[in-house]
Amino acid sequence: MKISYYPGCTVKTSAKNLENSALPLLGMFDIQTEELDDWYCCGVTFSQSADNLMYQLAPIRTLVKAKESGNKRLLTLCDMCYNTLKRSSLVVKNDPEKQQTIRDFMYLEKTEFKGDEIEIIHILSLLREIGAEEIKKRISRKVNNLKVAPYYGCMILRPREIAIDSAEDPRLMENILNTLGIETVDYPFRSDCCTSYQIVNEPEIVKAHTKKIVNSIKKRGGDIIVLSCPLCHFNIDEIQKQIAEEDESFETIPVLYFTQLLALLVGIDPNVNDFSLHYIDPRPVLERKGLL
Amino acid sequence: MPKNKKIVLSSAKVRSNEDLDKLKEISEENIFSCYQCGNCSAGCPAAEFMDEPPHKIIRLLQLGLIKEAMYANSSWICAACIYCTVECPRGVDIAKVMEALRQIALRKGVNHVNIDKLSEKILEKLPQIALISNFRKFTL
Repeated sequence: MKISYYPGCTVKTSAKNLENSALPLLGMFDIQTEELDDWYCCGVTFSQSADNLMYQLAPIRTLVKAKESGNKRLLTLCDMCYNTLKRSSLVVKNDPEKQQTIRDFMYLEKTEFKGDEIEIIHILSLLREIGAEEIKKRISRKVNNLKVAPYYGCMILRPREIAIDSAEDPRLMENILNTLGIETVDYPFRSDCCTSYQIVNEPEIVKAHTKKIVNSIKKRGGDIIVLSCPLCHFNIDEIQKQIAEEDESFETIPVLYFTQLLALLVGIDPNVNDFSLHYIDPRPVLERKGLL
Repeated sequence: MPKNKKIVLSSAKVRSNEDLDKLKEISEENIFSCYQCGNCSAGCPAAEFMDEPPHKIIRLLQLGLIKEAMYANSSWICAACIYCTVECPRGVDIAKVMEALRQIALRKGVNHVNIDKLSEKILEKLPQIALISNFRKFTL
């Protein structure tokens, strides 16, 4: 199956290991990703101002490129990209007046976009579609008593109209991991926000929140956190290092992309994971648990 | 809002209020649907850092006290996680109201984050995803 692929900015820089683990993984299940020839930054956060449609143009132009690619589906690995592209497509689809305003502005551009021509699909939805049983057939590593804490964050769960799973009790990652025989940790902050862009000017908020998340997982015996969003990854990973420097008693937990864990389990070259991009080195835990 | 500060209520503040009209236009939300159940504030991951939690911001707006709502740091602490919106039993998109509060302030010409003053260390360390989303919310 061929599928168009929109990487977004961070996946090409600090989250390269997300791309490098996800694409070969999909390849194992006969999914060929075709990166769009031309794509634009999605803007990261969806613009919620109804009176200014300018911010919708970048995601819509990317969706136009996806439509021109001829494939019906567009894959995103990043939660923020997924949220922005999907919500922008819904603005065009559900609001004829706004659709017309945007179309009037883009009148020189050849391809029209009505909002429903492209299905935007997030990597976790695609893995659910492939099916845990299929993934299980490819498992080549036996793990020793690994306890995984899935973290969903916000952007793939909220608002409801774009949610890939229940906003309150998501089970997508748990269902896959449990079928693979891997134990998951149930903790209360799985779908809480990592406090996102506050990292730039209010890092103390991110710090307080990360402490709460990590301590809750530690208390329940979690060994690693898995997630899919590069911003959640940076926030929870990097700030733990800072907390540990300030407080010797704080125990850190490595943060991996869900696709990194699956790539290790199915025996894809571990070098794709580029652990130098991590602030909390996951290698000691992964070695202990038989994944490296 | 400073504690014990007296507020003056009047129907005129609700009926004729330029900023409040702007807020409705930007958010397309009916803040009067809110019946103050507090679900939004109960689950807001950033409420403890806010001067006023989300439901109180909505209450201030219902009373036409938009200056007081803007004086609070709440809309700048909001991380746009959309929890409040999902939980609201009255269908008020509170995240959109927070965005409108930010937009009204930004459109008056004052950025919340001064990009020029961010240290080089921060700019080098943070991924684009953090910087762009922050600038999108806090600058114009």
